[in-house]
Amino acid sequence: VCFTPGGLDCSISFVSHVLGKVCVHGRQKEILSVLVPRLTDLTKSDCIWQRICWRLVECVPDRWMEAVVLGFVQRAPGADVLSRLLGNLVVKNKKAQFVATQKMLLLQYGHTTAVLQNLLGYLALDSLRRALLIKVLKELLETWGSSSAVKHSPPEQQQYISKAILICLSHLKEPEIESCRQELLTSMMEGVKCHLDSNLPQIRRLGMIVAESISSKINTDGPVLKFQYEEDDEARELKSLLVQTPPFCVVPGPPDDENDKADAALPGELESNKKSHPAAPVKPEEESDAELDSDDDLIPYDMSEDKELKTKAPVYIRDCIEVLTGSEDVGKWEATVKALESVVRKNPAATREVSVELAKIVLHLEEKTCIEGFVELRQRAQVAILTTDPIPVAKYLTSQFYSLNYSLRQRVDILDVLVLAAQELSYPKSHGKTKHSDAQKPRIQLLPGSDSSKDWRRIVDERIKSKTRRFATGRSQVECASGPNEFNSVAGHFFFPLIQHFDRPLTTFDLLGEDHFVLGRLVHALAILMYLAVNTVAVTAMGKALLEFVWALRFHTDSYVRQGLLSCISSVLLSVPAERLLEDVTEELLEAQSWLGDVVEKDPDGDCRRLALQNLLLMENLQKKLKTGPS
Amino acid sequence: MALPPPDPQFVLRGTGAAIHTLHFSCGSQEPAVPVLFSGSENGFIHVWNLKTHRVDTALDGHGRKSVYCLETMGGKDQLLSQGRDQRICLWDLAEGRTAVTDSVCTENVGFCRCSLLKVAQGRWLMAMAAKALEEVQVLELPSKTSVCTLKPEVGAKLGMPMCLKLWQPSCGSQPLLLAGYEDGSVVLWNLSMGKALSQLVCHQEPVMSLDFDSEKAKGISGSSEKVLSIWSLNEQQNLQVYKTHKLVNAGISDITIRPDKKILATAGWDHRIRIFGWKNLKPLAVLDYHTATVHAVSFSDHKIPSERLLAAGSKDHRISIWSIYTQT
Repeated sequence: VCFTPGGLDCSISFVSHVLGKVCVHGRQKEILSVLVPRLTDLTKSDCIWQRICWRLVECVPDRWMEAVVLGFVQRAPGADVLSRLLGNLVVKNKKAQFVATQKMLLLQYGHTTAVLQNLLGYLALDSLRRALLIKVLKELLETWGSSSAVKHSPPEQQQYISKAILICLSHLKEPEIESCRQELLTSMMEGVKCHLDSNLPQIRRLGMIVAESISSKINTDGPVLKFQYEEDDEARELKSLLVQTPPFCVVPGPPDDENDKADAALPGELESNKKSHPAAPVKPEEESDAELDSDDDLIPYDMSEDKELKTKAPVYIRDCIEVLTGSEDVGKWEATVKALESVVRKNPAATREVSVELAKIVLHLEEKTCIEGFVELRQRAQVAILTTDPIPVAKYLTSQFYSLNYSLRQRVDILDVLVLAAQELSYPKSHGKTKHSDAQKPRIQLLPGSDSSKDWRRIVDERIKSKTRRFATGRSQVECASGPNEFNSVAGHFFFPLIQHFDRPLTTFDLLGEDHFVLGRLVHALAILMYLAVNTVAVTAMGKALLEFVWALRFHTDSYVRQGLLSCISSVLLSVPAERLLEDVTEELLEAQSWLGDVVEKDPDGDCRRLALQNLLLMENLQKKLKTGPS
Repeated sequence: MALPPPDPQFVLRGTGAAIHTLHFSCGSQEPAVPVLFSGSENGFIHVWNLKTHRVDTALDGHGRKSVYCLETMGGKDQLLSQGRDQRICLWDLAEGRTAVTDSVCTENVGFCRCSLLKVAQGRWLMAMAAKALEEVQVLELPSKTSVCTLKPEVGAKLGMPMCLKLWQPSCGSQPLLLAGYEDGSVVLWNLSMGKALSQLVCHQEPVMSLDFDSEKAKGISGSSEKVLSIWSLNEQQNLQVYKTHKLVNAGISDITIRPDKKILATAGWDHRIRIFGWKNLKPLAVLDYHTATVHAVSFSDHKIPSERLLAAGSKDHRISIWSIYTQT
């Protein structure tokens, strides 16, 4: 379509209709991929063409406006181009405003960052539209700060909203920030609280980054909010949104300035380097002279005994207990903590005598001095104690899990230790012992007999060997070591006490209430224990109890807990033998199946849906396997 | 095949407390007996007879407060001792006397050992840590008049002076002072002007001890970290780092260079005495006898080289005497 300029009045409304109709029928891509670049070129410098373009979009009927606006926003190569193309459409047209400020930002979340940049940059470029920008920011912050939105909306949507907020912030100017500073502050405080309360690390990080950005914008002087989180590509990408890159026409300028600055910086650096260098050259010069002089008439003594001074760690369990409970000698305490795991493993009988006492001491062990890897050392020691004497120590630890006056960290530690010990107990023992016995087989060496009459036998044997063809060499691989499953006798002791009291709140510990983080960890731990209990006798009873537990908690609002519940179901399906599942656990399975179907369709969290789908597939496979029978 | 390190020639026992300082006086002619002075944590100064290996006299002049520095002023009859009772005492030990002839009140509660330098017959300069925490005061003895007070400039944040060494350049000009501070730096002071000539950061931790060889204009300092730092003084009186040496265990309490400048000894917190060659800092021996931190090492001033001894005093109440590298 081509218009002749030169004072002709044209009616564009027909074109607008066509454009609208085409877009609404889903052909945005085809028509706009031609139209938008053409219009971009035409409107670059020509005011008339700009007006024409504005008329074009303004005349699109309301019912097709959404498609057109969406298409333009997605197609435009930059916010300034979009501004030239659409003009003040969003101010003049109610529908366009709705699409741009509400629908694209709050109701949809599939658009790319570039599209967001386009849209929000467009809003920022004209003074008439800036009011909309502020309104948009306030609404975005309201959504970001609402705790129900944080809990129930998918992580992808939350990320989208966070990006939008960061881009809005990057466009705001000083006077505007001044005017809404108080509101920004309030919404930031509320939002940060909801985000940090979440169990998913991704959500927490999003909250932290956005809060930091808001804080840096509103407090230009004075201390800003600073969080500690993992810096990876995603975090860096989000933070880069805060800084607006200047549009293309301005680019030639700054690089020159930057180069000058860089040049100025370099000489300064070189100078300071020169100053610090004089210290070094003195040595090499003098050294070459002095080497010829002899200190060689002084013969050194043997210094091989000169090693690092180490405090000796105790070798006996009771010594360890003594040092850990009473000793003031810090060096000894450190050495004991480092050596504890190996002492426990080397003295299983002695450990069994004092296992519960030792477990108690190590559970309450606080870091007296700064040892590297203290938490890991303590955990490994606890695992060692638990595997050496599983039943009493498991009884102790599971009872402590539900006791008063433990910190969340300690309760989570108990769970971790139980899981690690279960893992160790359920795996077959290493090959160490069998190898040892092999090495001890006496090797009979044939002495070379001087008597040739003894050799003839050997020669004949060899000849026979070389002439015989062998069809199968038989088993030459080392057989895997096998031993009794140590987890079998204790699986129940690990599992059932943990499941028992979850719904009884204590004054300092409420699994179903505030402490949903620990609940999430508990559920995951139960799933792992279930999985490790494969081939044990108690597995069916465990599976049944676990499915009932899952049923009780299935509507929990926290997605981390739900993910844990779904992995519990997976573990049950994988560990309990199929026949037992069908015979003894049928009702619970059917209930679980109906819940899974629900989750697949309605759960807001992507991971939950995926896990539920996998569980349903597992169930189907089981049923198929049972129908076809053993092959 | 290197020989195993030697055993001590003999061990002096009987102080009953940790030893913090040692000083030999063996230069006098026969029939004078070579002696070793030792200062202990219980405030006693023991005078050891090196022929009988027994205590000849025990001096009690610091009110049972630890004695941490001992120097002789021209022969074993005049002794200077510094203790934690904030006093420096001058003793007259001739003809069996045990009297304190004079004392200086330092008003300093630190551990910095004073440094003594003979400038003329009967006149000494003594540098000591002063009352104000960062300052060093230089007195003339026996008149006890103040020569100068060395104040670091405002904002220098050097901390307390930890160790001092007065020395006179061989060309005979004014005496200079080297001071090691709490922040790990060594400062060269000019006494006549009372100004710092050069400052060098040698360590990250406080400088525990230093010693200086005025002939070669080279010094060494030890700290609570694992590094020994060797630095030199150039013609413009500037300190420069020459070399560093990494030790196996951290912590040095004392360093001393033998009077013939061939070897030096360090006293370590790891209970060991290390011997190095002074020219290139070549490790020569590690003497492992003591069972607690070695606080002090000292070389004897025997006139006959083969009789020279090294003494080390430790927290385990023992003084070990070694005869090492005496042939050179």
